[in-house]
Amino acid sequence: MQQSESTHSTETAGVQSAQEAPGGEIIRFDKVVKRYGSNVVLNELDFSVAPGERVTLIGPSGSGKTTILRLLMTLEDIDGGVIWVNGEPLSHMRRGDKLVKANEAHLRSVRKNIGMVFQQFNLFPNMSVRKNITEGPVHSLGVSKDEANQRAEELLDLVGLNEKIDAHPTQLSGGQQQRVAIARALAMRPQILLLDEVTSALDPELVAGVLDVLRNIAQTTDITMLCVTHEMSFARDVSHRVLMFDAGQVAEEGPPEQIFGDPQEERTKSFLKAVLEHG
Amino acid sequence: MEFFLNRFPLYLDGALITLLMTVLGSAVAFVLAMVIGILGTLRNPVARAVATVYTEAFRGVAALILLFWFAYAVPQITPYQLSPMFAGVLALGLNVGAYGAEVVRAAINAVPRAQTEATIALNMSWARRMWLVVLPQAWAQMLPTFGNLIIELMKASAIVSLIGVADLTQVAEEQRSSSGETVLAFGSALVMYFVIAQVLIFGMRLLERRANRRLGRAPAGGGLLDLLRPPTPGTKVGAAK
Repeated sequence: MQQSESTHSTETAGVQSAQEAPGGEIIRFDKVVKRYGSNVVLNELDFSVAPGERVTLIGPSGSGKTTILRLLMTLEDIDGGVIWVNGEPLSHMRRGDKLVKANEAHLRSVRKNIGMVFQQFNLFPNMSVRKNITEGPVHSLGVSKDEANQRAEELLDLVGLNEKIDAHPTQLSGGQQQRVAIARALAMRPQILLLDEVTSALDPELVAGVLDVLRNIAQTTDITMLCVTHEMSFARDVSHRVLMFDAGQVAEEGPPEQIFGDPQEERTKSFLKAVLEHG
Repeated sequence: MEFFLNRFPLYLDGALITLLMTVLGSAVAFVLAMVIGILGTLRNPVARAVATVYTEAFRGVAALILLFWFAYAVPQITPYQLSPMFAGVLALGLNVGAYGAEVVRAAINAVPRAQTEATIALNMSWARRMWLVVLPQAWAQMLPTFGNLIIELMKASAIVSLIGVADLTQVAEEQRSSSGETVLAFGSALVMYFVIAQVLIFGMRLLERRANRRLGRAPAGGGLLDLLRPPTPGTKVGAAK
């Protein structure tokens, strides 16, 4: 296991010009490049997200959707360009008028505004549901244990699992584990919530429960959400905007009614056709 | 039987020294294994180099030679004369610690990367991440091998008799010399070593069971007799779906 949570390639660590941070945007990708070996996953990607906006990322496997979320969560190194979050560079920090590789303190400072729910839940098997939800706020945000416990109970109410607060993750179904994972992410009071194919690992009968929870969160909070999903009806219901990705670039974007009802690009049409046929 | 019963207090004294050597040597080995093992998982090249040098150096040296080095060579090149007990604890701890470090490193590396990613998503510091999530999960994987290493250390502690520590082997040798009963003298020591090993195995299995239960793996209930059988990690409690 690698211990350093985000290391940066030499190329990325190189000094870059510190341009003015964009305004009116909570997230901005500025010519972002990400490679895995010789495979270019994100190719000078530009896009931005407004505060409170809910954006769904769709596209074929390998188009870079999950990589975008992982870069935002600083789980991957960036190979070029700059990601801005709240007007601050994410993987870089300012030194004078330059941008240099971010250190751990900077990463933690920017990352505190971002939460993520993973495809495979990633609950901690050595902790109860309560501990899974409270450890982050207590140790990362400095919240008191009492406050964290109260918040955990509120969030478990929200996801309909209050009776499971002292259960062990292995005693829960996949759908229940994912709902706990959502509560855990929300416990950090993120401004930005990243959802990475959160229903892909679930049995079909468990998907609806998780999606209902997310619909409720979308309707009752102003959290900015970036969602990678193949659940097109969910994307249509909750998204303000849908981005269709192909080969590391935005192939098409627009409101869900347009993307799902009247796509303009052939690539979008063929992708949606394939998804609907298999869905 | 009469031979053993008559000399039981002597054998018991020797066994206690052996047990003491085992506990102290294991403590030194455990601390070294944890520190060096964690260093070995870091990306920092200096930390990794320190871990590699220690592990390779002390794995590659016979514990007996290390013991003689501390007992006889160190006083010649330094102003310090180590007590035989201390020299024994140091030699055993350094030697077994090198094997333990590899166990720790492998166990940490075996914790799924996804678990670390979840801690990053919760913005935990490296120290919190290790303490709260990675080490508790790695601990369950370390314990079976740690159990073997402790038994090995306990048996290897017999070498301290060669520098005059009155451990179980030393007692057995003295009884053989004084009585001429080679079979009974060493047979009694065999039994005592076996009993000590069983106590250690029992203790380690208790720890294993506890660690696995914390990960939701240990079978519910289970009496003390179950501890005589190897645990079956991977058995999950409750419904998974």
